[in-house]
Amino acid sequence: MENQKDTLIELKHVKKVFEDGVTVIEDLSLEIKKGEFVTLLGPSGCGKTTILRMIGGFEKPTSGELLLNGKDISNLPPNERPINTVFQKYALFPHLNVYDNIAFGLKIKGVDKKTQDEKVKKVLEMVDLEGFEKRSISTLSGGQQQRIAIARAIVNEPEVLLLDESLSALDAKMRKEMQIELKEMHKKLGITFIFVTHDQEEALTMSDKVVVMSDGDIQQIGTPEDIYNEPKNLFVADFIGESNIFNGKMVGKKQVEFGGAVFECVDDYAVDTVIDAVVRPEDVEITEAGKGRIQGEVLSCDFKGIFYVTNVKTDKAEVEIHNLKSYQIGDKVGLDLAPDSIHIIPYDTSINHYEGEIKSYEAETGFEIAFEDFTLTVPADRIFPGCKEANGVLQTEGGEEIAWEGTSVTMSFRPEDATLSDDAEAGFVSGNIFNFIFMDDYYRYRVRSESEEDYIVNDAYLWNNEDHVSVNVPMEKFVFEVKKA
Amino acid sequence: MKYTFHRKQLAIPYAIFLLLFVILPLLVVIFYAFTNEEGHVSFHNFVAFFQSGKTVGTLLYSIVIALVTTAICLLIAYPTAYILSKTGMKSGDALLLLFVLPMWINFTLRITALKEILTLLEGNLAFHPFANTIICMVYDFLPFMIMPLYNTLTKLDDSYVEAAQDLGAKKSHVFLKVILPLSVPGIVSGVTMVFLPSMTNYVVLDMVYNSTFIMGSLIGSYFSAYDWHNGSVISIILLLIICVITAISNRYTENDKADRRVGALK
Repeated sequence: MENQKDTLIELKHVKKVFEDGVTVIEDLSLEIKKGEFVTLLGPSGCGKTTILRMIGGFEKPTSGELLLNGKDISNLPPNERPINTVFQKYALFPHLNVYDNIAFGLKIKGVDKKTQDEKVKKVLEMVDLEGFEKRSISTLSGGQQQRIAIARAIVNEPEVLLLDESLSALDAKMRKEMQIELKEMHKKLGITFIFVTHDQEEALTMSDKVVVMSDGDIQQIGTPEDIYNEPKNLFVADFIGESNIFNGKMVGKKQVEFGGAVFECVDDYAVDTVIDAVVRPEDVEITEAGKGRIQGEVLSCDFKGIFYVTNVKTDKAEVEIHNLKSYQIGDKVGLDLAPDSIHIIPYDTSINHYEGEIKSYEAETGFEIAFEDFTLTVPADRIFPGCKEANGVLQTEGGEEIAWEGTSVTMSFRPEDATLSDDAEAGFVSGNIFNFIFMDDYYRYRVRSESEEDYIVNDAYLWNNEDHVSVNVPMEKFVFEVKKA
Repeated sequence: MKYTFHRKQLAIPYAIFLLLFVILPLLVVIFYAFTNEEGHVSFHNFVAFFQSGKTVGTLLYSIVIALVTTAICLLIAYPTAYILSKTGMKSGDALLLLFVLPMWINFTLRITALKEILTLLEGNLAFHPFANTIICMVYDFLPFMIMPLYNTLTKLDDSYVEAAQDLGAKKSHVFLKVILPLSVPGIVSGVTMVFLPSMTNYVVLDMVYNSTFIMGSLIGSYFSAYDWHNGSVISIILLLIICVITAISNRYTENDKADRRVGALK
């Protein structure tokens, strides 16, 4: 296959558990092609740096394969990999001058002095620091150190250059300049760049391919345009750029209803599919009151330099809009959306599914079902509809005995049926909020229990990350299903 | 008149102490070193020091003992400090205590105990005077070498090691080209803390051998014989040696400061 040939680095089902028992990466697979500029983008703690360190050889995968040109390099020490790194804090050797720092790798390889001189001169030209050979590291500014760190890495002509949040220590203006320079350098060198950042703008500006990560998992891989315009899930939509997220459902062929109106859209899903609609603030059109499909009132309008951020309150939601015109607070306006400005994400039906096992049965209360984090007492007919008890034995409607012992049961609930409480005992399970997204008129929270199960809850109140909360769902809202053996 | 308190006034007690117990005695020592018994200015004492085989021999012997002690301390302390610094903060500190703990036991007690152990092993200490002196000295000064090395090595940023590996350095190269040069400030301060005291430490020789064949005890023996002039000369010579060594080691600590500036930039 043509594709296979171009693959330079491949991670296959990589898992990483640190010595203290923390699992950073559960099961991750990723392909990186020759000559690509790939950015691993995600919030801090999402495992992006760990992946970079595994490729660099500073961490070993706990399991899984790490292939370079088709060969497993998991156990190869960093010094034997054709890969060089630009470290987050540059890690330039303070006891060596600029020349010796850059020539460090060449000297170890035994390159002769003349070639060393030439190569050092060439890379210094490339990073625009000609004549800096004799300078001591401590006399360089942050930006200059950054360039020397890049020079020190590329002088070795690696197949892959790893950049670990390399621009984060620079000020905003310098960072912008370096973004452009790095991109040009990538074109000139033609080697693979793998860049790690938490800055979405940086990722969108520089990369050929962006890998959006959260929580040790890849959320989406795509070109910058793809991940901005076609986010695959709510996390990506919320993390990349600003977005209005509405809850709604499909009402016809390419017809979607949300925010109190029906819109045409370009995505085609079956009628009645529950969806989340993502609309970028710059795609919302503001029209005169009475026109447009949604009516609202301006809540605020702030000047941001190139555009105004206008917040409009409609009777169903609050919408953020980036537009070029200024409005007065209280202005009545109409809002409209073009079909291609609506991006539809079908509701993920796999969330909030938990598996348990029936442990015991009491005639009065029902089954005790043990899940990983909690135990629920469920009336028997919720599990086996129509069942009844006769002679102390649980029977089906037809009178057959039910062998309930050890039966596996799946429980699920909808995020909108759950509520959060700060009383850890109030709900059926408790955990810490680790992520939340503002939807049109509520927040979508992800709560993680101690055993690392996630619970997704829509709640109107504003909670904070790290809040310890319990999840409450009324018994009638749980959906139970017996797993067929 | 209103009395105003200045922070500088806090230094008065120490200034008095400095004047009475450091500067005045030093002037007295200098006076005696450059005068003869009649009270005339003379360099005879210095000439005599370098002409006498006994005094020059003692000086050389002291230097040799100090050099060997320092070298052995360094050889033992470096790997120890390196391993301790790599074990992770908590257990490292606990282990370090094991090496530093002997310092809390009375010095004479330690040397007496060591002397008994050596006697038990060798039968008679007279057979290996040099080796025994070195053993006692090393035992005494080792913690002073481990401490500064441990401090420097724990502060050494792991990213330097990773950067070196990344650039293709094998473990041996990483050590020789990165870890060792970056731990020079620790080595220098360890060496100063061991070399200078071990050159003048006469307690060990005195207790183990009743010997005065070391600079410190030489001074003591002149002074106890009321020969202020010759005793002062030796003091001055030692002082000069100390000044030279301190000047050299200061140059390294200045480099260390420059490194820290890089740290601030990062």
